[in-house]
Amino acid sequence: MAHKKPKLAVWKFSSCDGCQLSLLGCEDELLDVAEQVEFAYFLEATRAKVSGPYDISLVEGSITTAEEEERIHQVRKQSKVLITIGACATAGGIQALKNFADVDEFISAVYAHPEYIKTLSKSTAIADHVPVDLELRGCPINKVQLLEVLGATLVGRKPNVPNHSQCMECKMSGQVCVMVAKGQACLGPVTQAGCGTICPTFDRGCYGCFGPKELSNTSALAARLGELGLDSKQRSDLFRTFNAAAEPFAKESVKHD
Amino acid sequence: MTKTTSRIIKVDALSRVEGEGALDLHIRDGKIKDLKFRIFEPPRFFEALLRGRDFSEAPDITSRICGICPIAYLLGSSQAMEDALGVSVTGPLRDLRRLIYCGEWVESHVLHAAMLHAPDFLELDDALQIAKANPELVKKALKLKKLGNEILEVVGGRAVHPVNLKVGGFYKVPTKARVRSLIEPLKWAIDASRDLALAFGGFEFPDYEYDYTCVSMRHPDEYAIQDGRIISNRGLDIGVSEFPDHFVEEHVAHSNALHGKTKTGEAYLVGPLARYNNNFDQLSKLAKATAKDAGLGKICINPFQSIIVRMVETLYAFEESLRIALAYEEPDASCVQVTPRAGTGHGCTEAPRGICYHRYSLDKNGLITKATIMPPTAQNQKQIEIDLHGVVERYMDLADEKLKWRCEQTIRNYDPCISCATHFLKLNVTRD
Repeated sequence: MAHKKPKLAVWKFSSCDGCQLSLLGCEDELLDVAEQVEFAYFLEATRAKVSGPYDISLVEGSITTAEEEERIHQVRKQSKVLITIGACATAGGIQALKNFADVDEFISAVYAHPEYIKTLSKSTAIADHVPVDLELRGCPINKVQLLEVLGATLVGRKPNVPNHSQCMECKMSGQVCVMVAKGQACLGPVTQAGCGTICPTFDRGCYGCFGPKELSNTSALAARLGELGLDSKQRSDLFRTFNAAAEPFAKESVKHD
Repeated sequence: MTKTTSRIIKVDALSRVEGEGALDLHIRDGKIKDLKFRIFEPPRFFEALLRGRDFSEAPDITSRICGICPIAYLLGSSQAMEDALGVSVTGPLRDLRRLIYCGEWVESHVLHAAMLHAPDFLELDDALQIAKANPELVKKALKLKKLGNEILEVVGGRAVHPVNLKVGGFYKVPTKARVRSLIEPLKWAIDASRDLALAFGGFEFPDYEYDYTCVSMRHPDEYAIQDGRIISNRGLDIGVSEFPDHFVEEHVAHSNALHGKTKTGEAYLVGPLARYNNNFDQLSKLAKATAKDAGLGKICINPFQSIIVRMVETLYAFEESLRIALAYEEPDASCVQVTPRAGTGHGCTEAPRGICYHRYSLDKNGLITKATIMPPTAQNQKQIEIDLHGVVERYMDLADEKLKWRCEQTIRNYDPCISCATHFLKLNVTRD
């Protein structure tokens, strides 16, 4: 008897599609992944829609509308394992910058007819609404980590996704420190590793797209950034990008408002 | 008394597109009563959240509008800032920008043509089903797409949201060895993309043509990708800064994306078809020959054949990449120095889906006071509805399920990027 393949669903909320694109970006592995799982619901890739329940749900995007707020509960109910992918789903994304502003003013700044637009005042992470089994960080996620998480989940082992800092990652790979050697602003000490040490290898400080690592000492870093010549607005803005609403970054950015 | 017949066709969540859209179609007594192409992608308010941010942050922030075409945002916003700050990026740095943009054209075009659009012509749900029948074709397409992503990685650091681009140029230029590593794969890719263009040219194309107003960029010396003037087949020829004088946005109730139109209220077309029709003379010899061998003339007005045009442009992008890689020498400086000042700047590039226009105003410290972005899918939205009307009228006799699929295919002709447009689709057909 043929073994029934586990059903994979990919769900989109408010996002740029870049994280789910990372799955289609696994060019060498995509056909093998399709051997192991059934793409039961993946609108960006297929017209086919197989009904739930789903063995694994990948959720991209943040919750920004009342409809999304409702829909995420439906997704949770149909999913055995729910994995959030990317900074929007894990922290609210760049659109969470509206959490620090007046949303009605934002609507009238972009749209001629504000009355046509329905949006919540805040952009929030999926885990703020439903229990999440695993979070995959990044803006965008790293496809190697995505394959690791999918593989591990399919065989029922813990995925190997490090939660140490990017700073540690640079030291382990022998990357020269851009903050020490060149005085560049860098969020590496407070940011979770996982991107593959990209920015420092391009002579650029980490801009925190993988979000805060556990127990990150943001205030010590902010003090050092001040010594490097960043004014309070620059420090606030540095913490306030793709993971602006992640608690440690949000708190630190507000201190320098 | 005549009996009234009513058909309601609905596509609630359009598949094989980037982002969320829907179509409502209501047919009564064999005539279209109502047709709406709706974008319900939630608004993310980029133009509002950019205000107060430093000019240097615009490229990284706006790139998050779209995971499929981040270069259109990274580069469009950078060039607008350079315009405002009075600098220009030329020579080898401009070549590197063209190289990474070629990578984005390839990655986006091959994804759409082979994986999202081709299944429609074969009446299959997805590319994985094509892979069952023709694994070599799909493997070839995946390999081409991967090479597009490799170009993005070599120049930009990663495929989605590259980190190495900034106002003035790059953080660090790639080494000669890294760029030269692309040369052999690029030679293979030129042949392979021709194979795909010819394979797609063999599809049966629905019978629909339209006399489009084609709007694209045009550069004096090359098939325009990252800069040039904005032209149309109706005689328009303007500088990028004149865009707002000729094109406007309209906010309609059924869409979270603003509809683009000409100042006189007409729909227009941007994207591969518009570029091909306006700039065919500037394609390479091999790209022109491939277009001909795949069944195209010098003008293509059947939007379903855009799948061939995308592969012709893919081939051209590989040729350009090869040309740039062969000539590449590491420049002495990775960027042009910029100094903040007050001003307004405009930028426009050819995103894979068509022209993407940016305008920013800065205060004296270089902080953004106003941002306006016109993504290609917003500009095409009005034309998509016109095509849908034409296709539904032509194929009215098809059964609901087939008509629904034909409508979806019509929308996919545009490779709509709904994430971009929102500031987009579900199909709902009603027949009375």
